[in-house]
Amino acid sequence: MTDATPEAPSLALAARSVTKRFRGVVANDRVDFEVAAGEVHALLGENGAGKTTLCNVLTGLYRPEEGYVEVGGRPVRMHSPHDAHEAGIFMVHQQFRLVQSLSVAENVVLGWSRHGGTWFAPRRVEREVAALAEQYRMDIAPQAKIWQLSVGEQQRVEILKALYRGARILIMDEPTAVLTPQEVDQLVGTLREMARSGSAVVFISHKLPEVLAVSDRITVLRAGRTMGTVGTASTTARELAHMMVGRDVVFAGGPGSHEVGGTVVLELEAVSAESDLGTPALVDVALAVRSGEILGIAGVAGNGQRELAEVIAGERARTAGRVVIDGKTQEGKPWEAIAAGLGYVPEDRMGVGVAPGLSIADNLRLKSYRRNGLILHNKKAMADAEELIRRFDIVARGPRTLARELSGGNLQKLIVGRELSSAAKVLVVSSPTRGLDVGATESVRRLLSESARSGVGGVLISEALGGVFELSDRIAVLYRGRVTGLVDRKDADVDHIGLMMAGQAAA
Amino acid sequence: MSGINANLGISIIVSAILYGTPLLFAGLGELFAERSGILNLGVEGMMLMGAVSAFWTSQKMSGPSWLVLLVAVLAGALAGALMSLIHAFLSITLRANQIVSGLTLTIFAGLIGMSSYLGSVLSLGDQAGRHSFSDINLFGLKDVPIVGPILFHESALVYASWLFVILSLVYLYRTRTGLHLRAVGESPRAADAMGVNVTRYRYIHTLLGGALAGVGGAMFTLQIATNWIDGLTAGAGWIAIALVIFAFWRPDLLLVGAYLFGAFLGLGYDLQARGFTAIPTEFWSALPFIMTIVALVVASTGSMRRRLGAPAALGLPYAREEG
Repeated sequence: MTDATPEAPSLALAARSVTKRFRGVVANDRVDFEVAAGEVHALLGENGAGKTTLCNVLTGLYRPEEGYVEVGGRPVRMHSPHDAHEAGIFMVHQQFRLVQSLSVAENVVLGWSRHGGTWFAPRRVEREVAALAEQYRMDIAPQAKIWQLSVGEQQRVEILKALYRGARILIMDEPTAVLTPQEVDQLVGTLREMARSGSAVVFISHKLPEVLAVSDRITVLRAGRTMGTVGTASTTARELAHMMVGRDVVFAGGPGSHEVGGTVVLELEAVSAESDLGTPALVDVALAVRSGEILGIAGVAGNGQRELAEVIAGERARTAGRVVIDGKTQEGKPWEAIAAGLGYVPEDRMGVGVAPGLSIADNLRLKSYRRNGLILHNKKAMADAEELIRRFDIVARGPRTLARELSGGNLQKLIVGRELSSAAKVLVVSSPTRGLDVGATESVRRLLSESARSGVGGVLISEALGGVFELSDRIAVLYRGRVTGLVDRKDADVDHIGLMMAGQAAA
Repeated sequence: MSGINANLGISIIVSAILYGTPLLFAGLGELFAERSGILNLGVEGMMLMGAVSAFWTSQKMSGPSWLVLLVAVLAGALAGALMSLIHAFLSITLRANQIVSGLTLTIFAGLIGMSSYLGSVLSLGDQAGRHSFSDINLFGLKDVPIVGPILFHESALVYASWLFVILSLVYLYRTRTGLHLRAVGESPRAADAMGVNVTRYRYIHTLLGGALAGVGGAMFTLQIATNWIDGLTAGAGWIAIALVIFAFWRPDLLLVGAYLFGAFLGLGYDLQARGFTAIPTEFWSALPFIMTIVALVVASTGSMRRRLGAPAALGLPYAREEG
């Protein structure tokens, strides 16, 4: 492990008093940030603290209104990510910028090749990429197409793209959100290897344990300002949490605090379904959820979670099997599932969860249109919306606020609230806290746990293992569309679940 | 008896190539545009403009026949490219709906539009063609049994189309620009992030698509019909669009598909000429269009498109997210 030596820290990248505003909102307020060559530097902060804005400034996507960026100790002016690439700065975004139908090697040489010129020689590039991957201890097949890869492997391709172009500074935005514990270990190994060879790594996160495990130094941002930089060895999770939130954080109580009823409210029998590409996405899935319990579905993204939620919600056709909601066998129509008592909080909040251009009130009655008859009753809709806003503590101007104007956390509270207030028997939630900050995550989790207490049967599909552990009574692991494990939470162990998620262990 | 069958077979293939070549040119053009993510439904309009411009040029220009024909084909390509520039500007720069913009192009240039207007203003309809492409006896191998009349007795346009298919394959799969093109159509954001100029790639390939459609149109006036009739491409542009789907966006399969559809177009006439009337001519001429409808229906269902290998960003405007 390399520790940044205080005597001669060779400065790789720095932001000097950077200020960036969006329509009057200050996203970065005189932010100072320094990264030395050879270190892994964590950038810690809640959502909306200005981490992403700062990184967009550092990678040339935004131009700061005040202040400037230094590379290798010299001020630079960057006008596009392309300029940043020239300066050796690369960023791995949360949403990967990969071309699904192309191979690993093709993605790596996209836009730039060591050899320049007109021709593209797949075999030669594949050899180069394989050598590079080996050097940094990454396990990847250069000729594989991106769509065939797991999320962890896709992330490796993004890192390879940067390495191939000679990156000296690598910025990773929330890199562990979608990885299994084992993949996280591998990633840490790669980042450490980069630091050892003299590169600088910026590691953006809001998860304290992994920040403490990975970094040499930590800079905390809060509300657009730098709260300070600390050496990882000389700090604690408590101190960091305090710096991040500005107050002491108490995390919500765990599961087991509610009664699990006897009635099965959701049952899947030998359900199979296909992905959009026509490949098998679910194979022989059998699950049962009783009222008052939360069944967590763990798994690495792309192992059938989306298809599972869609099949239950009646949005995706089954190729085999049976779905029963509260005793009613489903033909596979969304309205039928709703009528049987299904509440559904989809992964894609803006696209599937709400109609972004409609108001809160309109979004609420969209769900109940079959009960409302032909005529819209505006007064009642407004009153219902106001009631929901109050009950679920949604920050909005009023019932007429458009859904797209809500922040991620408030939008999620709106959707969860709507689904719960329609007298649901079963609630299927997909990645409910993705992209939410600590505060919003807390309240969404509390809502879910309250709903279970009131007798709703919940299915929590999430790649965030922490959340699944915290809320679920039982945990099922999906791997390549099969349920590879089903354990009680009190008997569950993170490492074992991680291995099951990677398909390397049985229950 | 077998001799007659062999002759019939050869003549079906020869006419398949004749009627298939404009489809091949226009289809290749559409393939390039779609590979960059731009769906251009204006192919029919661009072909007609190419046809009328090429014919007018060949009637007006004097000089050796080969030079007139070359310039006429280039004029057709230019007309097609100019038409596609409208579509490129609307759909790439202004990010208009590509389906609407493309259809507008076909309506604007089509049967009751610009091409017919030009045809009548320049009174092209009354003129017999002065120049036309004729079959070249390549390497003197025309009389070799079976392959001779098929492979070595074609017009310069047909030979050019074969060359184009080979160049397209090399371009798409063995050059870096081709790699970038495939990336732009699949994920413009990924390509942009790696420094590929998405807008430039889309413009260039939309224009290339228009030029090739123009050449396809020129073949109607300079070889197939050798005169100008309003709307003489008769739906070939629509077939070309469907062909791209049938060919899974691959130039090699496009060649096969173009000749298959060309065969159906030609078959009616051939069979009629030989006194075979059990199935009416109209059936054969209608067949490509029935298949076109099927292809378009299949292709417009999203999940089906993915399975067939359509560029993922096809038809979607691209704007870089900025603060």
